[in-house]
Amino acid sequence: MLFTSYSFIGFILLLVPVYYLIPRNRQWWLLLFASCLFYCTFDPSYLIYVCLTALTVWGCAMMIRMDQKTQDDYLKERKEEISKEVQKAYKAQHKKIREMWMILGVLINLGILVLVKYYSFFFGHGIKGLGAPLGISFYTLQALGYLIDVKRGTVDAERNPLKMMLFISFFPQVIQGPISRFKDLSETLFSEHEFEWKNISFGFQRVLWGFFKKLIIADRIAPVVNTIVSDVSKYRGAYITAVLVLYSLELYADFTGGIDVTIGISQMLGVRVTENFDMPYFSTSLKEYWRRWHITMSQWFREFVFYPVSTSKPIQGISKFIRKRLGNKGKKIPVYLSSFIVWLLTGLWHGASWTFIVWGLLNWFILMVSEELEPVAAKFHEKYAWSNTKWYKVFTWLRTLLLIFVLNLFDCYRTVGETFSALWSILATANAKVLFNGEILKLGMSGLDYFVILAGAGILFAVSYLQTKKGSVREFIAAKPYPVRFAIWFVLFITVLLVGAYGIGYDASQFIYNRF
Amino acid sequence: MEKLLEILRDLHPDVDFENETGLIDNMILDSFDIVTLISEISENYDVTISAEHIVPENFNSVQALYELIKKLEDED
Repeated sequence: MLFTSYSFIGFILLLVPVYYLIPRNRQWWLLLFASCLFYCTFDPSYLIYVCLTALTVWGCAMMIRMDQKTQDDYLKERKEEISKEVQKAYKAQHKKIREMWMILGVLINLGILVLVKYYSFFFGHGIKGLGAPLGISFYTLQALGYLIDVKRGTVDAERNPLKMMLFISFFPQVIQGPISRFKDLSETLFSEHEFEWKNISFGFQRVLWGFFKKLIIADRIAPVVNTIVSDVSKYRGAYITAVLVLYSLELYADFTGGIDVTIGISQMLGVRVTENFDMPYFSTSLKEYWRRWHITMSQWFREFVFYPVSTSKPIQGISKFIRKRLGNKGKKIPVYLSSFIVWLLTGLWHGASWTFIVWGLLNWFILMVSEELEPVAAKFHEKYAWSNTKWYKVFTWLRTLLLIFVLNLFDCYRTVGETFSALWSILATANAKVLFNGEILKLGMSGLDYFVILAGAGILFAVSYLQTKKGSVREFIAAKPYPVRFAIWFVLFITVLLVGAYGIGYDASQFIYNRF
Repeated sequence: MEKLLEILRDLHPDVDFENETGLIDNMILDSFDIVTLISEISENYDVTISAEHIVPENFNSVQALYELIKKLEDED
């Protein structure tokens, strides 16, 4: 059941009134039922995987909680009787037990993920009868984040396994995130909600905006991109230049549009879901881009991989060893080594293929070179006043955008060789004329379609720009007189309906991030 | 405390660490800075700051960071 399908719209139209009509203490039960139903529409057997993750994570977290309680009770009772050394040894012993439960939960769930998603990559063939459930990469990270948070003591373990099941399977976000933290999502997910018109209207507006991005822009571009990347020997040079721009626009409209629908539907239900984007294509460096694109994934890898790895004994040991020989030059060694592991895993998380691994490591390489060159850049800006002007900032923005476009191309081709061949052809194949002689119009998008996506991209840019100046665009529109705001949302609704391919032969594509 | 200030100033010479109380909240220190800082601290103070200590409350000001170091030294 795709977010943009008629069945999903019907599902929401039925769910929302029932949600506000039933007793409020039963609302989260309904969300759990709706989430299981939603997930079953893809394949009922997939629900077993989600249940397994929910149960194992819930069980391990409960064991951690019980052990912590045993430790606290024991020390409280005997605080006066035993020495500090004995207390310390007791605490260390129990810390190890809690660590063991955490590791067990992590290993079970990573084991499932590896078996269903990566087995064929590592061993050359898959396991018969095992398919990767939709969203497994997302909900596994979310579940493991919760478990590690419980172990660290930053959240209390959830006692109700059904609530844990809802936390992991909450239908608006189960298949493409955001990857929520328990302390952020649980606050509104399990609480009782009164009907509030603002939640319904603002939520609906956000959904409409997501549909606009997905149906008018992303789905319109998809056929051209798919055609061009299907044959690297046929489509080269200017075609690849076109794909660089078109695919990045498609990816942005597709992923942010999907998250808009997620956040909008959740808001209609009174549930607050973490934002996942902060106008990423306005970034002026790759480092900034990764603070603004897929924010919850970056935060997850930072909190649960980068920090633990970089502060671990082996990495700190290597750092000390190198610093003894290189002095201050080696002080960033933990950053470089840990980032390497983070980007290798980030690449693998996106997909079990070499293209994603190379994509991850290229990101790492660029980020580390930028980090190393930071002092040089600082001196450059100090010396040349023109490098601090608005125009230079525009240049850094365009430079970053180009870098992102090139990196995004690694999503498109099946092999690393094809990707590099395509990139090389931009310089080596002089066929710019195909962009102007009508050839580009034979690939699945007419001149009118190009006009629509150009206008759509213009609207995306204008809305993002307005957001930087005025904050929430929905609040901005809500402050306008009734006829103005009605006209804006009515036009958007009609546009999605008529231009957004809801007509005859409607066939919306799957969201790109559903496959990760 | 002076040693800690020295380490921080070496990382970002332009920041007024003595008075700044939002090093994380105001995004003055990023994740790379934090890890570099932890390595420097472990070199100079002989304490181990682990991932679970990396929360804004411990890194927002030089005072908070100093208190964390003292606490870890006491635990050792």
